[in-house]
Amino acid sequence: MTHLDRLEATSVHILREAYREFKNLVMLWSIGKDSTVLLWLARKAFFGHVPFPLMHVDTHYKIPEMITYRDRMARDWHLDLIVGENRSALAAKQTFPDGKLTRVECCRSLKSEALKHTLSGEWPRLRLDPTSGRLEPEKKREGFSGAIVGARADEEGSRSKERYFSARDQQSEWDVGDQPPELWKQYKTDFAPGTHVRIHPLLDWTELNIWEYIDRENIPIIPLYFDRGDGTRYRSLGCYPCTSPVESTARTVPEIIEELRSGKFADIAERSGREQDKEDGGGLETLRRGGYM
Amino acid sequence: MKSPTPTEQISIVMAGHVDHGKSTVIGRLLAETGALPKGKLEQVRELCRRTAKPFEYAFLLDALKDEQAQGITIDAARCFFRTAKRPYILIDAPGHIEFLKNMITGASRAEAALLVIDAKEGIQENTKRHGYMLSMLGLRQLSVLVNKMDLIQYSRKGFETIRDEYRAFLGRLGIQPVSFIPVSGLSGANIAARSPETGWYEGPTVLEQIDAFHRKEFPETLPFRLPVQDIYKFTEQGDDRRVVAGTIETGTLSVGDAVVFQPSGKTSRIKSIEYFNGPVKQTASAGEAPGFTLDTQLYIKPGEWMVKQGQPPLQVGTRFRVNLFWMGHAPMIRDHAYKLKLGAVRSPVKLVEVLSVLDATELGTVANKQQVDRHDVAEVILETPKPVAFDVVGEIEQTGRLVIVDNFEIAGAGIILAGVTTRESTLQDHIRAREIAWKNSAISKSERTATYGHGAKFVVFTGADEAIGEGYARALERKLFTLNYKAYYLGLENVTRGLDADLRSEGDIRDDHIRRLGELARIFTDSGQIFITSLSNVDDYDLQTLTLLNSPHEILAIHIGENRFVEFPPNLTLAAGSLLEDGVDAVCDLLKQKNVILEYSI
Repeated sequence: MTHLDRLEATSVHILREAYREFKNLVMLWSIGKDSTVLLWLARKAFFGHVPFPLMHVDTHYKIPEMITYRDRMARDWHLDLIVGENRSALAAKQTFPDGKLTRVECCRSLKSEALKHTLSGEWPRLRLDPTSGRLEPEKKREGFSGAIVGARADEEGSRSKERYFSARDQQSEWDVGDQPPELWKQYKTDFAPGTHVRIHPLLDWTELNIWEYIDRENIPIIPLYFDRGDGTRYRSLGCYPCTSPVESTARTVPEIIEELRSGKFADIAERSGREQDKEDGGGLETLRRGGYM
Repeated sequence: MKSPTPTEQISIVMAGHVDHGKSTVIGRLLAETGALPKGKLEQVRELCRRTAKPFEYAFLLDALKDEQAQGITIDAARCFFRTAKRPYILIDAPGHIEFLKNMITGASRAEAALLVIDAKEGIQENTKRHGYMLSMLGLRQLSVLVNKMDLIQYSRKGFETIRDEYRAFLGRLGIQPVSFIPVSGLSGANIAARSPETGWYEGPTVLEQIDAFHRKEFPETLPFRLPVQDIYKFTEQGDDRRVVAGTIETGTLSVGDAVVFQPSGKTSRIKSIEYFNGPVKQTASAGEAPGFTLDTQLYIKPGEWMVKQGQPPLQVGTRFRVNLFWMGHAPMIRDHAYKLKLGAVRSPVKLVEVLSVLDATELGTVANKQQVDRHDVAEVILETPKPVAFDVVGEIEQTGRLVIVDNFEIAGAGIILAGVTTRESTLQDHIRAREIAWKNSAISKSERTATYGHGAKFVVFTGADEAIGEGYARALERKLFTLNYKAYYLGLENVTRGLDADLRSEGDIRDDHIRRLGELARIFTDSGQIFITSLSNVDDYDLQTLTLLNSPHEILAIHIGENRFVEFPPNLTLAAGSLLEDGVDAVCDLLKQKNVILEYSI
């Protein structure tokens, strides 16, 4: 088995374990390369099917192409798509681009808070209607006790300490110091009522692995990751006010792999274009304890 | 452009006692191999400058704020770096005893280990404990780094004393370290470059050693073992496959091979190997997570093992002797229900006996204990209510490993040393004790039969469909009642919210529901009534449990649909589509044959 085969088998095992143990399971989909690989791995695990809904938290500051791509993939792969948002904060213009919040506060409000209340079913959600092909308000909103997330350990310090199955309390808080053990493919799949679990099948993958796998499997990825003529491309996708493209002429997946392995990005952190990290002492820790992905 | 060849990577855990300098060694390794992302070192230097702390290599890893405050690694952190040869995942495991479960998590993800010992402090409690844990986790590829050599002036004698003592300790655990390396995280000696201070040392540097580690090999030549994680039938878009899914632990299996499921004993043949978006596979081996379709439609549950016919099967039993390490805050005690996870097996489990508690640091047995405390390593006997299939670690290591869940958390980890053949199960013990204590009614069984005009019986309807079974059961109750017989139907749902309302949702509470239903049957039949119930998805052992619990009275099992029982054939099988009336008549006929009722047609 190659290292990609091993990574794939581990992720598939974790996904099946989650599906076996959690009755109301959801997968978070940020439209980026990692969670799209995660979605592909779900199709691997379940032989072409995705037997749980996908959830996207829309901050309304996403790069517009991301939304187009999201809706196209949802149709092509017959996905059960749920979309959530922080409607009141957006209506009151309580955001960083409106000058009312810092970047970190804005992330907390439009992402962490929106995610928490969308997962629990408290806030309004939209769900893709398979017959009309449109997003319709969801009438009966169930809460999810298991959320599959595409976090990778190599992204930054706090993520490197995550478990594959990571418990969160009712306030979505993470007790980093007292995490349950994981060994011999056995994870925390029993949990007290009111708590929920985040499942991280991509924990052992690196940015390079992600691209190698996209290349091997020929996964359709959003073109924002490629240079389309202006000598720049996105290396990490987020909201446009806080994410800048990097200078790069990589136009294909193999060119990105080469760039990461021995080229100009071999020793530059992936999230270097993400402004909120810098505000948070470089660790994302404050955000993550409060439920940031 | 042609795709570059993917690169292999290997994961290594750093173990050792607290403050022996693991994080410093890693930090040095990362810096000296130039493997740090560009921003990382500057980021930490900047943080040190802002907080007026001297820069330490250890800070690179201790990315979380409260860790830096305490100065110890509280969790297994992964860091990624590469040498000229290949990329690595380095797992930094904490050395403090409080965080042993984190060390275990880290070590279980690794293929090789570097264990750090402080040259000045020498072998400490967790140096030994970690060595013990590595052996229990099955990690055999180990190199020992004697660190802080600068503190003992790079003394060869100091190094060799530690080496010889620790080598002897590991020898007793069956581990032969691949190397002992004198290093200094602070000066960088023998980390990436050979140190002139240790001219007497001829072995590899740390860098050379990790490049020499082998990748973990998947045991393809052992007997085939697949823990059945799930059985999928996704009907969306016309898919009619029924797929048995799981990750192969050991061995190899090909299309056409005959397979046995354990513990049910059912057999079939592999029709196809399923793998999404890849070439058609004829063979699948250890480490892979494919799916299998079978030649025949079998009713199997997640938690069974699929093995290859003709190869040695797993053992099947209810009791096993286990070497157990306990991490739970509460001690492991007897007569408490825990949950067992072994491969895909999920079962309630109880501690039957503590044979000995081992001092992991001295390898001697400590006092005669009745419970297993936090951080104890104990040899215990565990028992499951129903037989489970398992291997013993002496034969197949991968499938002889289990964890114990207590209060929603993995609290114990163990390896099965042997199956224990028991004279009797706990259930039989319980029934004997119950019957000895049972105070018989002053009214005898024959008096009741004479007055009521019928005998007592426990009638159980089983079948895949709950509603159908209930339909028959209720029709039988009505029929017997009309005939003036004392009959009562009780479904599980009336017990769940009432009598069983106290059952915690932990473990397999279905077994507890069945147990209490069996006890109720004992009481109802004792009162001379015909007690009727219906249960869906009942297996041989459920039926055996009900039979035993209802004794000394008798049970009548009526199965609807295709018979799936192997050891306890039902007394009567009704075809799936039988008319309600015909079915009830057939049961009454049987009750008459058994002399429970005299007449049933009006």
